[in-house]
Amino acid sequence: MTTLLDVSAVTLRYKTPTSLVTATERVSFSVDQSDRFVLLGPSGCGKSTLLKAVGGYHAPSEGHIRIKGREVTEPGADRMMVFQEFDQLLPWKTVLENVMFPLQVARSMSKAEARDRARAYIDKVRLTKFADSYTHTLSGGMKQRVAIARGMAMEPDILLMDEPFAALDALTRRQMQDELLQLWQDTRFTVMFVTHSIAEAIKIGNRILLLSPHPGRVKAEVRDVDQVSAADGSAAQLERQIHDLLFAEPGHRE
Amino acid sequence: MSQARILMHDVADAATQNDPSAAERQLGLAERLWGNATLRKSLLILVLAVVWQVYATALDNPLLFPTLTETLATMLDRVRDGTLPARALTSVKVLLMGYAAGSLLAAALTMVAINTRLGTDFLETMTAMFNPLPAIALLPLALIWFGLGNGSLVFVLIHSVLWAVALNTHSGFLGVSRTLRMVGRNYGLKGFRYVAMILIPAAFPSILTGLKIGWAFAWRTLIAAELVFGVSSGQGGLGWFIFENRNLLDIPAVFAGLLTVIIIGLVVENLVFRTIERRTLHRWGVHH
Repeated sequence: MTTLLDVSAVTLRYKTPTSLVTATERVSFSVDQSDRFVLLGPSGCGKSTLLKAVGGYHAPSEGHIRIKGREVTEPGADRMMVFQEFDQLLPWKTVLENVMFPLQVARSMSKAEARDRARAYIDKVRLTKFADSYTHTLSGGMKQRVAIARGMAMEPDILLMDEPFAALDALTRRQMQDELLQLWQDTRFTVMFVTHSIAEAIKIGNRILLLSPHPGRVKAEVRDVDQVSAADGSAAQLERQIHDLLFAEPGHRE
Repeated sequence: MSQARILMHDVADAATQNDPSAAERQLGLAERLWGNATLRKSLLILVLAVVWQVYATALDNPLLFPTLTETLATMLDRVRDGTLPARALTSVKVLLMGYAAGSLLAAALTMVAINTRLGTDFLETMTAMFNPLPAIALLPLALIWFGLGNGSLVFVLIHSVLWAVALNTHSGFLGVSRTLRMVGRNYGLKGFRYVAMILIPAAFPSILTGLKIGWAFAWRTLIAAELVFGVSSGQGGLGWFIFENRNLLDIPAVFAGLLTVIIIGLVVENLVFRTIERRTLHRWGVHH
């Protein structure tokens, strides 16, 4: 396994009108090829900000973010984002056009090439029937599937998912988690996934980075998460352990 | 260990599967026709036309209020002899010149405004100052600057279009969601490509609103301005047609001119803008 993404001692700060907020402090981790790497923590631990920094939207005040050895300086199509918001799809394009668009503008593919590739990934997320629909006709879960198809079709170095299922209802969320894992089984893409749900982290990830809040610091890393299973109760046990780690301990070092 | 029980119900038996009317019923013809907005509005216009005709006949004073049939007859007359189409064409030509120039200027201004903070300040200040100023109020000044002719008309038209379009376009750009902006940058789009491929389509509802308001302002301003002087290079527009016929006390012709102004306004609103809306906003499911 090779290191794909290297985050070393990254401190992220942002300004509000009244103060300078430190979102994360000297956070280090690395993501390997084909990892399902989950950033988990309570709100205020800077996990989303960290993901956006990897996406290139937020320059670190200290430390480095490197992907395949290249320093991350700006957003780019080698790191495709999947957002939580349903309005991440372009409403003026159909499902097919939404998936084709980045292939054409960022990968300079011809229309025919882009269409073939887009169709293949739309099939993968089982939206074949809706390829020519405009996005406002889709349900929330379907919109997120389009966003995932769009991200995967670009075959990026890493797929960055910012709480992609948080705005979905519970049933759809479980279904989407299963589908994401199925897709991963097929293509073994590398994904970095932000969530505040411990259960979701255990279900999705093979590695989980636990962050503590105010400011975000690395508390622990859980490896071989995919070894636990829901059947024998080991997943539930891990969930309890993680919960205790994150919440039971009184406060945090300040 | 005790267990929950699941009791199955027979839902999908053959009878309901073959009979879609269980879930869906076709609407009757009358119901469907009444659901058609265009039809309802046409009906309304018809009623108003009848009211007009009845009132004018009862009044029996063509100098004050000619009947609809008189007005239509005069209109047909003037269309046949070519005066009305020629006047309308003159008006529309000037209008398009002013409208195009105003919209282009608005585009340039907004482009500067979204890229620089000073540009934003400039746009906001200028709009705040000039938007409340009726374009027609600039006409006397325009006449001194550009003389009696199309130059003055185009100048006031630009003034009437520019601020409405620029203001709406700019607020449309500002209203583009953070997520969509991030998506655009994720694709590596920058500068002009970013504006053209993400911002403009995303802000299109506001831009279209601006263009519609601009059109309405421009059309009113033009007719008013033509009423004030109108004749340029021997060929006046619709406003002049109305003014001229009033002086001749040819009131049916005045009404015919007014009707033409209304009809052109309606055609642009309902055919041009409505079609654009149907092909874009409705299809995309976005509303402003």
